[in-house]
Amino acid sequence: MKLVTAIIKPFKLDDVREALSEIGVQGITVTEVKGFGRQKGHTELYRGAEYVVDFLPKVKLEIAIAASLLDQTLEAITKAANTGKIGDGKIFVTDLSQIIRIRTGETGEEAI
Amino acid sequence: MENQIFELQYAMDTFYFLVMGAFVMWMAAGFAMLEAGLVRSKNTTEILTKNVALYAIACTMYLIVGYELMYGGGIMLSGITTVAEMDDAAIAQVLVDSAEEGFDGGAVYSGASDFFFQVVFVATAMSIVSGAVAERMKLWAFLAFAVVMTAVIYPIEGGWTWGGNSVFGLFELSYSDYAGSGIVHLAGASAALAGVLLLGPRKGKYSATGAAQAIPGANLPLATLGTFILWMGWFGFNGGSTLKLGGIGVANEVANVFLNTNAAAAGGLIAALIVAQLKFGKADLTMALNGALAGLVAITAEPADPSPLLATIIGAIGGVIVVFSILTIDKLKIDDPVGAISVHGVVGIFGIFAVLLSDPDATFMGQLIGMLTIFIWVFVTSLIVWFILKTVIGIRVSEEEEIEGVDLSECGMEAYPEFVSQ
Repeated sequence: MKLVTAIIKPFKLDDVREALSEIGVQGITVTEVKGFGRQKGHTELYRGAEYVVDFLPKVKLEIAIAASLLDQTLEAITKAANTGKIGDGKIFVTDLSQIIRIRTGETGEEAI
Repeated sequence: MENQIFELQYAMDTFYFLVMGAFVMWMAAGFAMLEAGLVRSKNTTEILTKNVALYAIACTMYLIVGYELMYGGGIMLSGITTVAEMDDAAIAQVLVDSAEEGFDGGAVYSGASDFFFQVVFVATAMSIVSGAVAERMKLWAFLAFAVVMTAVIYPIEGGWTWGGNSVFGLFELSYSDYAGSGIVHLAGASAALAGVLLLGPRKGKYSATGAAQAIPGANLPLATLGTFILWMGWFGFNGGSTLKLGGIGVANEVANVFLNTNAAAAGGLIAALIVAQLKFGKADLTMALNGALAGLVAITAEPADPSPLLATIIGAIGGVIVVFSILTIDKLKIDDPVGAISVHGVVGIFGIFAVLLSDPDATFMGQLIGMLTIFIWVFVTSLIVWFILKTVIGIRVSEEEEIEGVDLSECGMEAYPEFVSQ
């Protein structure tokens, strides 16, 4: 099993979610985060004082999937979240050692 | 027949004071919203508490002793006529007084309405202080100061000016200030300045090199709403200061006051917005809001005599001054989160002298001495009171409390409990 963590631009959330539904992903967790990579921030102005906003709003998705679905998942996210402009985000893949469904106690791939 | 007209004039002029007083009371809501919008979310509950409490304290202390010091209205308003005392003999006396004044003379109205109109001005003066000391002052130290300001400091200088009292029996002022650019606004700003100097800037406001850091306000919709509320309330502030409505000449004067007040605010906003755009390359909303208020303060000392064009220009000059004043005060490392000292103090001084542009009876020396008397009295006495408070109970919250937010340390309650993420 794999845990796919994707950081994307907030307005791309709906597109990514639809794309994941289409390939059969049934659950995702979404967090609002701030961050920067090579995009860096921008300058704002308040009553004459400039300040740099380093961290830009992003959305983080965490998706637990069977290893067999990994390539399709990565392709779906990449296609849907891509704008071609700097700041599109990144995807991190980690191994997932255990999953448990709290309501029923199922474990492993049945709990996905 | 004549008596019936006097009765109507009494009713009209009393009603006028009451309604205008209610408009000025509404400015308290304006201040509360403006300040709540310009502080951070973690400090919003505290500034709202300050605003509602100072209004209540002003009303109470002025009732107990302030009105007596300023106008001789009696301790606990023992000098005004209560409902029980307004018997047939009292009514007959009112008709005698009205006949003495004549239709075009001074207004004759209920003493209670006079108090009501005056007390809301006290609250306005006090409210100016709360924005300047925001985000780092102990709530109860501020309220303690409010007690002294509304019971003694403001009433004494109000007595020297509108009350017609001599200054400590030494000299009389020949100072013209229709609705209080100096008596109310400069006074509030002077008390604010004294407090801010002893309080110090917010943590992180000025960098090591002294450059001002941005600490953006949490809710610009509230700040904008507050400004519009103040703008509308100001019609009562200036309009009511005509002190009479029942008569052709005086009603026309009231109409001109409303017109000029509105024009000055408009001029101030446009001027400040343009200056901000030229100086920063961006249309800074908070400067536009301060500009409208500056325009209002600038016209407050003489809103009746100027032509509408002159009123607009006076307001516009106020709007230009306020932007540069805010930047300069920051350069002096005096931290004023809402620009109160600039809007009410610096532009208040301009408003005092703007009287000379349209009032032929005002004199430069009269305005200057009046301005200095008000400023020195309020600033020095405030400094003393703030200093005593600082020594005895401390006026600033601790560093941890400031970082955590005064909502939690002073009020134990968040303003936006579901939105705040830190």
